[in-house]
Amino acid sequence: MTPLVNLADLALAAPEIVITVTGLLVLLLDVAVRGRNRGWLGGVSVVGVTVALGLVLRQTAGPARSLAFSGLHVVDNYANFFKVVFLLSTIIVILLSARTLQEQGMAVGEFNALLLFATLGTMLMASAVDLLSLFVGLETMAVSTYALCGFLKGDQRCNEGALKYLLMGVFSTGVVLYGMVLLYGFAGSTNLEAIARAIGMGTFSNPALLMAMVLLAAGFGFKIAAVPFHMYLPDMYEGAPTPVVAFMAGAAELAGLAVLVRVFLWALPGLQADWSLLFWVLAVLTMTIGNLVAIAQANIKRMLAYSTIAHMGYLLIGPVVGSQLGVAAVLFYSLVYACMTIGAFGMVILLARGTVPGDQIDDFTGLAQRSPLAAAIMLLFLLSLTGIPPTAGFVGKFYLFAAAVDAGYIWLVLIAVINSAISLFYYMRVVMVMYMRDLPPQGIALSRSPALYLALFLAAAVTLLLGIFPGPVLEFAKASAAGIAG
Amino acid sequence: MTEQGNILGFPILSLITFLPVVGVILLLLVGRERVRVIRNLAFLFSLGSFAASLLLPLYYDRSTAAVQFVERLHWIPTIGVTYFFGLDGISLWLVMLTTFLSPIAVLCSYESIKHRTKEFYIFLLILETGMLGVFVALDFFLFYVFWEVMLVPMYFLIGVWGSDRRLYSAIKFFLYTLFGSVIMLLGILAVYFYAGGQTGRYTFDVLQLMRVAYPNAPVINFLGVALSFQDLVWLAFALSFAIKVPMFPFHTWLPDAHTDAPTAGSVILAGVLLKMGAYGFLRFNLPMFPEASQHFVPLIFVLSIIAIIYGAMVCMVQPDMKRLIAYSSVSHMGFVMLGMFAFNPQGVQGSLLQMINHGLSTGGLFLVVGLIYDRRHTRLISELGGISRPMPVFATLFAIIMFASMGLPGLNGFIGEFLILLGAFQVRWWWGAFAVTGIILGAAYMLWLYQRTMFGEVTKEENKSLPDLDAREMATLLPIIAFCFWIGLYPAPFLKAMEASVANVIQTVEKGAAGKAVGAKQAAATGQVGNPAHPGGTRQSGNPAIGQSGNQEPQIAQSPDRQIAILGSRLSATHAAARVPGSVVAR
Repeated sequence: MTPLVNLADLALAAPEIVITVTGLLVLLLDVAVRGRNRGWLGGVSVVGVTVALGLVLRQTAGPARSLAFSGLHVVDNYANFFKVVFLLSTIIVILLSARTLQEQGMAVGEFNALLLFATLGTMLMASAVDLLSLFVGLETMAVSTYALCGFLKGDQRCNEGALKYLLMGVFSTGVVLYGMVLLYGFAGSTNLEAIARAIGMGTFSNPALLMAMVLLAAGFGFKIAAVPFHMYLPDMYEGAPTPVVAFMAGAAELAGLAVLVRVFLWALPGLQADWSLLFWVLAVLTMTIGNLVAIAQANIKRMLAYSTIAHMGYLLIGPVVGSQLGVAAVLFYSLVYACMTIGAFGMVILLARGTVPGDQIDDFTGLAQRSPLAAAIMLLFLLSLTGIPPTAGFVGKFYLFAAAVDAGYIWLVLIAVINSAISLFYYMRVVMVMYMRDLPPQGIALSRSPALYLALFLAAAVTLLLGIFPGPVLEFAKASAAGIAG
Repeated sequence: MTEQGNILGFPILSLITFLPVVGVILLLLVGRERVRVIRNLAFLFSLGSFAASLLLPLYYDRSTAAVQFVERLHWIPTIGVTYFFGLDGISLWLVMLTTFLSPIAVLCSYESIKHRTKEFYIFLLILETGMLGVFVALDFFLFYVFWEVMLVPMYFLIGVWGSDRRLYSAIKFFLYTLFGSVIMLLGILAVYFYAGGQTGRYTFDVLQLMRVAYPNAPVINFLGVALSFQDLVWLAFALSFAIKVPMFPFHTWLPDAHTDAPTAGSVILAGVLLKMGAYGFLRFNLPMFPEASQHFVPLIFVLSIIAIIYGAMVCMVQPDMKRLIAYSSVSHMGFVMLGMFAFNPQGVQGSLLQMINHGLSTGGLFLVVGLIYDRRHTRLISELGGISRPMPVFATLFAIIMFASMGLPGLNGFIGEFLILLGAFQVRWWWGAFAVTGIILGAAYMLWLYQRTMFGEVTKEENKSLPDLDAREMATLLPIIAFCFWIGLYPAPFLKAMEASVANVIQTVEKGAAGKAVGAKQAAATGQVGNPAHPGGTRQSGNPAIGQSGNQEPQIAQSPDRQIAILGSRLSATHAAARVPGSVVAR
């Protein structure tokens, strides 16, 4: 009998192990080492995440697909690509958070440990090929983020948002679980490919199966905040500490998308016609409502929340298409979207100081006169979010729309490009107040944290470089998608 | 279309295009308060770009329609995107116009831009790069990148340094154009995948995509109109370009943007940005979708004629000088579109030349308004009157530019409008007749504007002591006037360079028409007139279109539209001198 866990399995899970150990180490050091300044704990976390990132990048050169832990955990480049996105997001978020944690007197050790465990959850989700491991990953991520979202214990808005998120999250977990149970009942296995084989032999019009499909789509829909499951998101974004929001947008929601794509493409290929239509409707609703409601927002975190929703709508084009090109576009756009959205939230952190949250669009008034560089970086993120070249957001959208045109979804792309034009309106409002209004007499106070600047430069560099030289990453995304969609 | 190597041996087009960006990088290093250094640096780099571009007409091979000065590098090989720059007779003068107007735009801002000068010149230089890129890019992806990149600096120029309702105008301009662009993106993707599916090679290379024949069988029925793949893609491109031109129902952003932009912004908007729309039609719509282009001729004609007459009539009632000139652009661009869709050498060459003319004369008119605005801080006609007394030099230069815009013989506008009318008359005489009324109205509103502002007694006290132009201000207007005279008196060198490329486009469009009864008569008409007039076209090896249209003549003679063919030949007889466009004025 082979041992339940062998060394090869551990080697395959090395990045996850490094993250876990780092998280535990941060908790331990937080207690063991005395001193008022805890900023270095963030440094420890960044080192751990960077090591994990290095390990993931090394795995990309490995075999196309390796299974570990009796087929619960897969290491393929689809998973690796998403892990790169999550780890990169985490690094940027840790750097972003350094100042906020200090200024708001939050517990640095706990915050970083929770962030690392949430990251671990996202990584497990990306690698999940079994409903069980999927659920473990999902919950690891969810429980950590529930705590993170309510991190400001004294703040009423924060509590309200966190509670909404918790209730909705738990409810959606139940929905996902119900879908999984039906699927297991139907297929007799929790392994995604075994489920696909079982369904391939069964009848397609089975109502229980369709029910499972709809429940899973709805449950994952909550995780990625697709309309109409998005209600909690703006409140949660408005209340939660900004670095947490950046993580939610740049990693947690993308993890939901990662499992969504894998589960539907791997476990339910026989139902593609059905779920493709389902996602078509979800994509159109999500991008349109996200964009339209974003126009009316005065709070930039709420605006970015709706912008996130809209972007999830664009990203859902990938599963609608379901082709290799579609999945590759999802991968590439996820990376791009993570960097630009986290960057935009980083700018909100830059403007926040002490008790001033800096989260109104009007707080950006005259920024171009106060700091041309900061305004230029924000401009870059906003142009990228709109999809204007020469930014990565343009290449990403271009690739995404190309995948859909290739598969013949002309109407979907038409709606998407019109949405893209609509989004210009609210992104440019921020640009307008930054550049076209005069600096208020009291000026703008900018945070001076070097870690924050480093994070912003990192996000800006990726956003610009992938806009000008997207070639190698596109190539890698296309190759990574090969394993999951034909 | 074919391509020719780069005879200069160094990447001249990249140099011209990106020299302003080098200027931007240097500007970033200069302190904000050193205004003098900043503006001189900006002027130097835009002038450098112009100086480099002078090599283009010198080394341009006029005997061929092939794309020249080609630069080609792999950019994103995964999806077949190349960094592909090239120049032909269609883009040559537009590039020159851009590099020519940019230093003038910098120069005219020396005194009028007083705050945030550094950012202003940075945006102006980025804008120049964007515009040049649009004209030289021959890869769809690259073209689209430049097409959109250019919107951003323009948005800032209007929004930060504009007047009155600048915020509204800026976002309106941005939204309108972006809306058009994204629809074009859809068209680009459709073409890319169709051609890739046919040839097995996925590429955004425009020349490759032009070699593919796009299907013209009806695929959908929209409100009783059967539309083919070609028609749909044609419309997707046309919407984007029509907004930019702007053609009649899509023109509403233009008066706002032009009026509220700073002088330099208006000059660039009118001088170059509007040309991009027309350029797009000529570069992409006509040669790639010939059948669809034939199909939509009536639509374009009707919209153009509405633009010509409506634009001119709106000009009559404008109390604001800048708004008046903005609307005159709508009218003039109507001419450009009319000539282009005549699909004969005169019409298309006239259209292309008129783009340059309009860039010069309307650019000049906006400079004129800017000069008055700098002095009086008003653009209202009622605030002015009798300005020629305190400012005689200004009044003279204004008069020349106004005459150029009106199309007075001896100045550039005449040549362009004449050729366009010549082209339009050959197709349908009454199209030309409608267009002529636009010229009459144009003379009316222009002369009336001049009379009210320049002649008579000085009505306002503050206008009595206005200083006349200084050397810098004259330096912005005189080069424009020099070109107005040059093109007006001796247009041959300008027309010669575009001849082969224009003939090539017409040939492609005619091929598209060959199978269709509707198109055939036009082919015959253009064949008769165009053939002897343009030896440049026949010199090309294997020019099947002309022979083809000749072969079809017997059929035409029996068709009910015979008269048109006869009219075409009659025109060619009466306007024998006009065959070689260069000799129009010589006679």
